[in-house]
Amino acid sequence: MQASQDDRANEPLLAVRNLTIDIPVGGGTLHAVRGIDFELKRGETLCIVGESGSGKSLTSLAVMKLLGKSIRPHADAMTFEGTDLANAGPKAMRRLRGDRIAMIFQEPMTALNPAYTVGDQLIEAMRLHRPVSKAEARARALDLLGKVGITAAESRFSQYPHQLSGGLRQRIVIAMALMCEPDLVIADEPTTALDVTIQAQILRLLVDLQRELGMAMILITHDLGVVARVADRVAVMYAGELVETGSAAEIFNAPLHPYTRGLLRCIPVPDKTRRGADLGSIPGIVPSLIGEVRGCAFRDRCDMAVAACVEPIPERNDGPAHSYLCVHDQAALADGPAAPDDREVPA
Amino acid sequence: MLSFIARRLGLAALVALTVSALSFGLLFLSGDPASAIAGEGANDADIAAIRSFYGFDRPVIVQYGDWLWSALHGDFGQSYYFQLPVSSLIADRLSVTMTLGVCGIVFALAVAIPLGVAAAVRPNSIVDRLALFLSVVGQAMPSFWFGLLLIVLFAVKLGWLPPSGTQSWTNFVMPTVVLGYYAMPAIMRLTRAGMLEVLGADYIRTARAKGAGEWRVLFKHALRNAVIPVVSLAAVQMGFMLGGSIVVESVFALHGAGFLAWESIGRNDLPTVQALILIFSMFYIVFTFLADILNAWLDPRMRTG
Repeated sequence: MQASQDDRANEPLLAVRNLTIDIPVGGGTLHAVRGIDFELKRGETLCIVGESGSGKSLTSLAVMKLLGKSIRPHADAMTFEGTDLANAGPKAMRRLRGDRIAMIFQEPMTALNPAYTVGDQLIEAMRLHRPVSKAEARARALDLLGKVGITAAESRFSQYPHQLSGGLRQRIVIAMALMCEPDLVIADEPTTALDVTIQAQILRLLVDLQRELGMAMILITHDLGVVARVADRVAVMYAGELVETGSAAEIFNAPLHPYTRGLLRCIPVPDKTRRGADLGSIPGIVPSLIGEVRGCAFRDRCDMAVAACVEPIPERNDGPAHSYLCVHDQAALADGPAAPDDREVPA
Repeated sequence: MLSFIARRLGLAALVALTVSALSFGLLFLSGDPASAIAGEGANDADIAAIRSFYGFDRPVIVQYGDWLWSALHGDFGQSYYFQLPVSSLIADRLSVTMTLGVCGIVFALAVAIPLGVAAAVRPNSIVDRLALFLSVVGQAMPSFWFGLLLIVLFAVKLGWLPPSGTQSWTNFVMPTVVLGYYAMPAIMRLTRAGMLEVLGADYIRTARAKGAGEWRVLFKHALRNAVIPVVSLAAVQMGFMLGGSIVVESVFALHGAGFLAWESIGRNDLPTVQALILIFSMFYIVFTFLADILNAWLDPRMRTG
């Protein structure tokens, strides 16, 4: 038993190879996600970081196969616990969703069905997958409501979503995701829509529950403060690509990709950042991903851009689990931007 | 929920009282009712006799109270034209109209809701276009013409269905289709619009993320929310069908209440008109009341309103 658990711990729970997502738009195709790879071990927390429109949410919906009909995902391989998600039919996906892979959405105000009580929706989440009676599912739900920090769970049970605050609703969404003890929870900006004071509570709750239940988690966020507190591994997403992936320590202590560095400069550090000093910002805007995208998508905003940035970018590695997409190697990146006269002359 | 029902019931009673006063007031709209009954060539003595016979010489408020009290007991007075109690005149007419109205709305809902759902699931598909075509035709084609077409085909050419009368259930098939088809387009389009909106909602994605199957998503999670405006519309249409199915009743020679109302207006038969207006209004009030209750059951957010 011990040995088989070790074996299972060594192979990734989720592995995604070369995922692309194309969206047909008026006058072309939007290449929203452009060939990304990532994997996740049991019990591990992967944070996908990036700004709006970088393809984070689409990636998570692609894993659940919940993209709309008009959106076309493709992956060379997408496996979850040995199940081939890329070729799984609707029935197989339905059995996984909510049972082995659960999802927590960004908007607690609209994520619950207004027509049914909280209790009905919790019970449904379990009875879709388990042959349990309503009473058993109810007992499980009440137990979980206690775990997610809801007091007077009995009375909340028969309430409707509109009678509850955003923070309470998000706790219920979390409890609903945990009803079947999933192996993987995908949380898509779970705290973005909440008050700042509630954000920290919900995040702590999520992380505690994840550790307690031994779940793996993909946490999608644009909040690097959140990442620093919870991530085992971090994937930085920019314009549909994972520009840098590594352990949380590597990303925060030795970031390599200029975009990652730019993001980290945007966080003020108490005692180090002078009062009134300019907070870092990354000049420019994200390029359009409609039509063919060649080379590095960040080059127009990058202070280390060179002529080779328009060519296909090699993936480089710094250590076994730290990889990044840049024309520069680690040494060049460590030196920072070159003086203008040292730059290669663009062709 | 109970206090919501009680409040709605109180409101419905107030509306009903107002409507009864208005329909009683109709009597005086066309001038002196006694001289209207007596006719063109009547002398003053005749008119005075009629006035005291029908009690028009009493104070209006007493007349109203008397009329309302009788109406509550099912007595709507004598028909001027038939010289029969209005209540017995209306009773069998009403059963024809009720049968037709209920069948019509059931037919309309049975066609419109599945079609609206199917159209919303695949917008711009063949099904959606077919549904749009059917609803445009239904909206544009006059009921009498559609009724006549059906009679020509199914009664005259094929001989499958009787063209008119009320002898058996087969007599109601064509009128039901005509009346239902008239109500179908609006219900269908509203169902489609509601479903399209609801299917884009976050909670539908949540339902899918829970592992709910497509039918469960459509009919348990989406339709219940999408159908709320449809309930209100269907209630109004149901009331309209009962009072306004005159055309269909004429085409198929169904002697229903709508037809009777039309005849009675032509004959200046005020007690009959009054009674019918009161009854049709009561239907509207009852249906909107039931629709409110149904909506409150469907959508808990309405229970406080």
